[in-house]
Amino acid sequence: MAQVNIKKVVKEYEGGVQAVKGIDLDIGDKEFVVLVGPSGCGKSTTLRMIAGLEEITSGAIEIDGNIVNDVPPRDRDIAMVFQNYALYPHMSVYDNMAFGLMLRKFPREEIRRRVENAARILDIGPLLERKPKALSGGQRQRVAMGRAIVRDPKVFLFDEPLSNLDAKLRVQMRTEIKKVHQTVKTTTVYVTHDQVEAMTLADRVVVMNHGIIEQVGPPQVLYHSPATKFVAGFIGSPAMNFIPARLEQASGALNVRLSDGALLPVPADRTARYAGHAGREVLFGIRPEHLTAASQMEARPGLAPLSLTPEVVEPLGAETLFYCWRDGGEICAKIDPGVAAAPGVPLAMTADMNRMHIIDPATDKVL
Amino acid sequence: MSASAARPSDVLPGLGRKIGSLRQERRWALITAYISLVVAAIVMLAPPFYMLITSLKTSAEISNPVGTPWIVRDPTLANYTALISDPMFRGFFWNSIIVTVLVVAVTMVISVLAAFALARMKFFGSQVLATGVFLTYLVPDTLLFIPLYQIVGGLDLLNSKWGLVLVYPTLSVPFCTWIMIGYFASIPKELDEAALIDGANWMQMLTKIFIPVALPGIIAATIFAFTVSWAAFVYPTAFITRPDEMPLTIGVVSQLIRGDTFAWGQLMAGALLAAMPPVIVYAFLMDYYIAGLTAGATKG
Repeated sequence: MAQVNIKKVVKEYEGGVQAVKGIDLDIGDKEFVVLVGPSGCGKSTTLRMIAGLEEITSGAIEIDGNIVNDVPPRDRDIAMVFQNYALYPHMSVYDNMAFGLMLRKFPREEIRRRVENAARILDIGPLLERKPKALSGGQRQRVAMGRAIVRDPKVFLFDEPLSNLDAKLRVQMRTEIKKVHQTVKTTTVYVTHDQVEAMTLADRVVVMNHGIIEQVGPPQVLYHSPATKFVAGFIGSPAMNFIPARLEQASGALNVRLSDGALLPVPADRTARYAGHAGREVLFGIRPEHLTAASQMEARPGLAPLSLTPEVVEPLGAETLFYCWRDGGEICAKIDPGVAAAPGVPLAMTADMNRMHIIDPATDKVL
Repeated sequence: MSASAARPSDVLPGLGRKIGSLRQERRWALITAYISLVVAAIVMLAPPFYMLITSLKTSAEISNPVGTPWIVRDPTLANYTALISDPMFRGFFWNSIIVTVLVVAVTMVISVLAAFALARMKFFGSQVLATGVFLTYLVPDTLLFIPLYQIVGGLDLLNSKWGLVLVYPTLSVPFCTWIMIGYFASIPKELDEAALIDGANWMQMLTKIFIPVALPGIIAATIFAFTVSWAAFVYPTAFITRPDEMPLTIGVVSQLIRGDTFAWGQLMAGALLAAMPPVIVYAFLMDYYIAGLTAGATKG
């Protein structure tokens, strides 16, 4: 059990390419932190620096209060689960899990006790004598996790562990990982590019982009109060709509004026927040789930009427998505499956202005 | 073709017309393959078969061929018993075994360590070094034996099997290292990283992960080193003239050809006996060699 503190860490590769540009992050004891971002955002590099598999160009990484910059991976007391499992192909499942303990000269009885305990947690008891090639993808992933659990390390590191699994198994293993964390309560750093995985697993999500941290926070905070346009667009599926607009002040009230003339009133409790930007061009951000058909909503304050003409309709069963194009940008809305939506037929919609975001296009910050 | 049996292809030209048969093409490919393989097998197996036939003949039958030479009229094992009971021939055999075992051992130790370093420990010049190792293999032994003669002579190892133990690795190490670099490079990087995190040092990573996982490659390299050493001819011809230090390859030739008298029966028997160890090695290790051990290491 340990904290991990990352202080002004920079990773620069030969040729001057900076993969990680001076990030600060404090991970608490027993916390499950997920690093998420698109490929090349520096999340895996950060994880590998915590593991000791990549050297740090500058800054410091502390595990349990000790700076580990120059400590080799074996002495950091960490365990890592790799995307492709990295099981030793010539060893049985038992030996794969016991290998780290054998190298550390644990007594035979203790090794057996720990492996059997991990096998019980992961439900792989009957597989202990098998070789990795005789296992399915999900089973291999469990063994890889078992190899981490038996070590009882200070920190678990997961590098996109579910990316190689099919969609159904991924959801199942996601639950398993969460369950394991609730059982063993080890500090965990988890890397993924899948925001759904991040949201479902994390105590706190760290959104990274271009080698910097965009925002750190619990999943709900990232969803409801994104700090930047990137976070607003990355978290949530389908992604948030960004519509070019103008903030207009008229007789004490503030309105969002879309380019086609539609006027959406800003709720009274938010006018003070945006008043300084009145008269400026902004990006109006609203999630598809907050653009709903007028017929399915009861009138309440903050709902602004808006007419949209669906161009592509995607019925998903539990909900229906439709897309239209406006000002060169795509707008996605999520409506009740009972609402009749047809391409080319204008639909009366409402925008939930209590859930909208205004973004400064110059800084990409959410105002 | 009668008009009543018109097929769609007749009605609509170009649609559904048969423009070749996959099954027929496949059959022709098989027939051609079989013919080529049978011809190749005959060409390859004729000399050993002729060796076997000749080794079972008496000298009289060899020197007075009546009819086809491909048939033994009066089979005898005399050539074999003469050779096996000859202490000199047993000495050749023994020399070959000693030299080969040592050369294989030296080669594998050097090339596995070298390949591991070149494949996994990125250090300054490792790429150039890896290419250099391969380039040395391209120099033929017929060019090398003259400078090597100087070296072996300088070390006072001419006319000694220990000289051979010293020079054979110049042929086997570069190639085996090259094979092993390729094999080690195919082992996923995550496997060493997992071992590093599990607490292995470089030596443990090599002995507990790389060598077992690369066993098929190691066996392939061992077979190569064995073949190089067992079948070497140029170096022992150049460096050894004393019969008691000779390996089989030159011992058989030099001792069974006296002047212009060729003891054909014994020559063939000796050659066949000399060919036995490689045949046995190949027969036993081939399956191992082909079996892929790496399956299941990562996503399969």
